[in-house]
Amino acid sequence: MKQRWSSWALTAGALTISATALAADPGTAMLANACAGCHGTHGGSAGLTMPSLAAQSKTAIVEAMKKFKSGERPSSIMGRLAKGYTDQQIDQLGEFFSKQKLHFTHQQVDMAKAKKGADLQEANCSRCHLDDGKDGKDDTPVMASQWLPYLQMQMELYQSGKRKMPEKMAEKVKPLSKEDLDALLHFYASVNK
Amino acid sequence: MTLDRRNFIKLVGGASSLALAGCATQGPAVSSGSAAEIMPKGSARRVVVVGGGYGGTIAAKYIRMMDPSIEVVLVERNDHFVSCPFSNLYIGGILPDLSSLTIKYDKLIANHGIKFVQAEVTAIDPAAHTVVTSKGTLKYDRLVISPGIDFRTEEIEGYNAQTPEIMPHAWKAGPQTVLLRKQLEAMKDGGTVVLAVPLSPFRCPPGPYERTSMIARYLKQHKPKSKIIVVDANPDIASKGPLFKKGWDMHYKGIIDYRKASKVTAINAANKSVLIEGLDEVKGDVVNLIPPQRAANIAVQAGLVGDDKKWCPIVADTFESTKHKDIHVIGDASIAGAMPKSGYSANSEAKVCATNIVNLMNGRPVTPLSGINTCYSYITDDEAISVAAVYASKDGKIIAVPNSGGVSPADWSMVKTEATFAKSWLRNILTEMSS
Repeated sequence: MKQRWSSWALTAGALTISATALAADPGTAMLANACAGCHGTHGGSAGLTMPSLAAQSKTAIVEAMKKFKSGERPSSIMGRLAKGYTDQQIDQLGEFFSKQKLHFTHQQVDMAKAKKGADLQEANCSRCHLDDGKDGKDDTPVMASQWLPYLQMQMELYQSGKRKMPEKMAEKVKPLSKEDLDALLHFYASVNK
Repeated sequence: MTLDRRNFIKLVGGASSLALAGCATQGPAVSSGSAAEIMPKGSARRVVVVGGGYGGTIAAKYIRMMDPSIEVVLVERNDHFVSCPFSNLYIGGILPDLSSLTIKYDKLIANHGIKFVQAEVTAIDPAAHTVVTSKGTLKYDRLVISPGIDFRTEEIEGYNAQTPEIMPHAWKAGPQTVLLRKQLEAMKDGGTVVLAVPLSPFRCPPGPYERTSMIARYLKQHKPKSKIIVVDANPDIASKGPLFKKGWDMHYKGIIDYRKASKVTAINAANKSVLIEGLDEVKGDVVNLIPPQRAANIAVQAGLVGDDKKWCPIVADTFESTKHKDIHVIGDASIAGAMPKSGYSANSEAKVCATNIVNLMNGRPVTPLSGINTCYSYITDDEAISVAAVYASKDGKIIAVPNSGGVSPADWSMVKTEATFAKSWLRNILTEMSS
């Protein structure tokens, strides 16, 4: 079960990074630690095209890994790596990253776009991308504070049809202009507290 | 052409406070150690980690994250580290200096309560559980060494202490990397670069071929009448072969002369030439001679290398040496089964080792190994290829998980995307090591 990020943040307030890592059993931590070379310690990415996995819902991670594994979701390295894990291990990976503290970035965004994006998010996306994108419903990914180049890359994959959009998302995204979508991404990238 | 300390510090860019030249894996000749105990060990359990590179920093950090009651002392001869991964981009003229590849240790130490000793390790006494350094001795309960490589220069006739200044290896990032680039810059258009590749295993299997691409890129752009001759001791390209060949055909036709199964056994420094099996002489205006390799000197001195006298045998899940109890060897120096000698492997091995050191010190069972390697190689400014794999242990051996892993698609469809991933890879992995 995923804890909502807000209550997690409150209970985690007094904990150190090490304590959050201790929450996982050594086998689960070992599986997940191997990912951190590319996704950052405890899934907090510093690389502009690598997503943060920290605080993603377990379902979102499990679904993504399974789609990488089957080839349904396009990738370069992730498809090759996902094939190295059993369904149970993928479950453990989802469990680990869903329990990590949300990773906030501080990046350059266009504030005018971000402002416009905030209104668009509220009107179109907030029913699934909860709490300014800091939380997700079911397999909806956490968007807040992801690196802008990563978000733009994924949106291009959706737009080109290489990555399949969930039906509910497609309904909302199709009427939006390119500028609107760009503004939305600037908004999500700007959420940093 | 030699490079003095001041110039090197200038070249790494903005790092005027650097106290020593060289990177973490490249230091002065071994000085004698001091017998007095520094940092006397109290009642706390202590792990000493030797080497502040891709393996050592991560082992130190993850032990502290997983069990803050264990004291961790990181011993490193320099106050900074320069990454070998991406250093070929500097040699090829893409990166202006080494600053983006240089990390310092202050944040890592502060964030995780790691104790840091900047000193040269001169000896290890496995029986007494003592590390001798240039500043004094340190006692340990468990020792992790991630010392990197040194060279088997005795296998090349004519090689001596001056050779790296004439024919730089540039296989330990730092002044050697800068020297090679300066030599390329000083070379006349129409000159010949010779790149000599040793027999596997060596640090970074695709490294020589990425370097070939990057030198070819430099020549194509700045010295179009020049060429590079690659004399490779291996039967063929040691990693990502078909992809490199495709990239060379697309971009560097007529510039790269690749010669497989060509082992350098002697050199003639005065003539700037290498001899293949003592017969064919290949002459260069710039010679990048990468000698055959083994575990770093300290691992050899400490009796950690195996019967091959080259690399350190270890137990698969714990990385504990099979030669000496309570000493763990990670990174390029170890024999890690299917895991290649790469930066990402060292990072991954460090975490496996840290997990099991914490397990062992707390009387818990050993966790079976799960590791990853990912490695990107640049072909041009904005095209890169990759290899990746997941590793597990089976019957005491480290194996690649069947039906997983592999290299980039052969249709070249991902190369631009992978070039951006490579940059993110570097930023993430160096951030992990330095924070």
